Amino acid sequence: MSKYNGLSGIQFLLGNHAIAEGALAAGCRYFAGYPITPASEIAERMSERMPQVGGRFIQMEDEIGSIFSVVGASLAGVKAMTATASAGYNYMQEGIGFAVTLEVPCVIVDVQRTRQDIQPTQADVMQVRWGTSGDYEIICLAPSSVQEAFDLMIEAFNFAEKYRNPVVVMCDSLISHTRGKVVIPDKINIIDRKTPKMPTEEYLPFKAEEDGVPPMSKIGDGYRVLYTMNPHDEKGRIIDVATNPDIYEKLYDRICGKILHDADKIAKYETHFLNDADIAVVSYGIEARISLDAVIKARKEGIKAANVKLTTVWPVPSRLLEDISERVKTIIVPEMNLGKYFREVQRVCRGKTRLVSMPKNRGQPHTTEEILNVIRKESR
Amino acid sequence: MKVHPNIKFLRRDALPHGLCPGCGCGQILNYFLYAIDELKLDIDKMALVTGVGCSSRIPVYIDAYVIHGVHGRTFPIATGIKLANPEVNVVIFTGDGDCAAIGGNHFIQAARRNLDVTTILVNNRIYGMTGGQVAPTTPSDAITSTTPLGNVECPFDLCKLAEAAGATYVSRWTTAHPRSCINAIKKGIQHKGFSFIEIVSQCPTYFGRYALGFREPEQFINWLRENSVPKEKANKMSPEELRTKIVVGEFVEKRKPTLIEQYMEMEKRVRRHVNA
Repeated sequence: MSKYNGLSGIQFLLGNHAIAEGALAAGCRYFAGYPITPASEIAERMSERMPQVGGRFIQMEDEIGSIFSVVGASLAGVKAMTATASAGYNYMQEGIGFAVTLEVPCVIVDVQRTRQDIQPTQADVMQVRWGTSGDYEIICLAPSSVQEAFDLMIEAFNFAEKYRNPVVVMCDSLISHTRGKVVIPDKINIIDRKTPKMPTEEYLPFKAEEDGVPPMSKIGDGYRVLYTMNPHDEKGRIIDVATNPDIYEKLYDRICGKILHDADKIAKYETHFLNDADIAVVSYGIEARISLDAVIKARKEGIKAANVKLTTVWPVPSRLLEDISERVKTIIVPEMNLGKYFREVQRVCRGKTRLVSMPKNRGQPHTTEEILNVIRKESR
Repeated sequence: MKVHPNIKFLRRDALPHGLCPGCGCGQILNYFLYAIDELKLDIDKMALVTGVGCSSRIPVYIDAYVIHGVHGRTFPIATGIKLANPEVNVVIFTGDGDCAAIGGNHFIQAARRNLDVTTILVNNRIYGMTGGQVAPTTPSDAITSTTPLGNVECPFDLCKLAEAAGATYVSRWTTAHPRSCINAIKKGIQHKGFSFIEIVSQCPTYFGRYALGFREPEQFINWLRENSVPKEKANKMSPEELRTKIVVGEFVEKRKPTLIEQYMEMEKRVRRHVNA
């Protein structure tokens, strides 16, 4: 693989190009995708950049092919990703389930959009969490700016490699199609998956180490792993669930447990003015940027409002939400959908404080004024 | 005790196998092991990719890198492995449902790209694992679990499909042709490009009982041998005469740049451009 000639300094990038560059900076060297607006610029950028950095790009026949070829590349030891938009994400669910169960690190970008004229939305927030069959956990990060689109791709690959789990970067057509300033850090912290060090005959490919994650071998290295989607034991042997319910239960407890156990470490967020706040606006993605603007304006009017931006959307940052619910009188949750994530906030905070859902399902984000008006109303 | 010479390739802890008595999958496993033994291949440089169905269980018994368990996605997984590490020798085991129904588009696209992998298609012309339902390769009029009054559809000729899509090595045999199967697998693995080997196999449990009315696997294997027609002879027969026959032989063997070769050429151009 040739040397990575990455970007440096201050750049002015399209959101989708920032996503591609962030991935390359994280060490991604395989991209497979299928064209779909408004995610296509990620594939276009990758098709040009991958051969320059010693990686490989392929446009597959559909989204199913894309995600499975990403899984294949990752099994061969290469950091891999795909990118799609809402309707294309549907097709990827099968492969995401495969990657979760076989613990194959990979990153999937979902640029959320409405049908027809690709207006922004956050209507996929539940589909990225609950789309594939069986029990699983997923890590999902939501950028709210072009800078974050770059930064969170690095976080996403690091989480994927650390936990051997697919990570979804969930943005929307507004972030993807906005050009913005991106400061490329001089030093980038990169995490690579653990590899087995023991003799081949001692390696148990699905036995976790202390951190809950098994080391991962790669195709061609002699460890001869059977990767089967069927229920399997620590060695990878297929088991019958009827006669081995304990092994089955343990397998999924561990796959989910490694994420849930570290939920607090995975939870990334930003809070503004929380210390003395009576009202907190909790949101993610582009909505979090607008709500910050509204909170700043509310503060100027003397209202004790706070902004809470959830960078990690899944797993739900429960401890943070519990903490906020004990501090403030009202939590407002603006969303570009029918009010889906609000239910998660309800699950965590119900009975502890007043909760206000602010859905907007019109293919556009809230305006500052809309959020400000609700803050004003709740402050009275 | 006398042991099979190729048991060294098997995962002993995966045995005994779960295939039906008389199933052709065991024979095909045996043919494949003979092929890699005779070629003296390094199993550690191989990846065996497989899907879902009876035939997809074949490599599960082999001690190697094996990817198993999603229906029809063998070709995309193989594409990712091969592009990420072209040194890996990828063999795909797939069935008629896995390859031609749910994985049909992936199959023709991989052939079109001349992806340098070997595909062993086990064609038992029925869905065995799910209880004997009609497949895209089930002959017209055949009785299956979902065509109790006879199949009203026409079957695929998967060798013709592979050829039309761009496969550069194509052959068809049956489980009743052990040496030809072994030789075809050897040739397919050595061939640079997309190799497609169809092995028509017996499913005594479903196709044998439902479609052919056989009670014994032996009858089925004899039937496969008696109904196979070498392609040279088939060229002189009418479509009507060939309707119930299985045309066997080598159909395509040609050299074309593979996907990886094309990709590496492009990378050279990029490097020249970057260095200039």
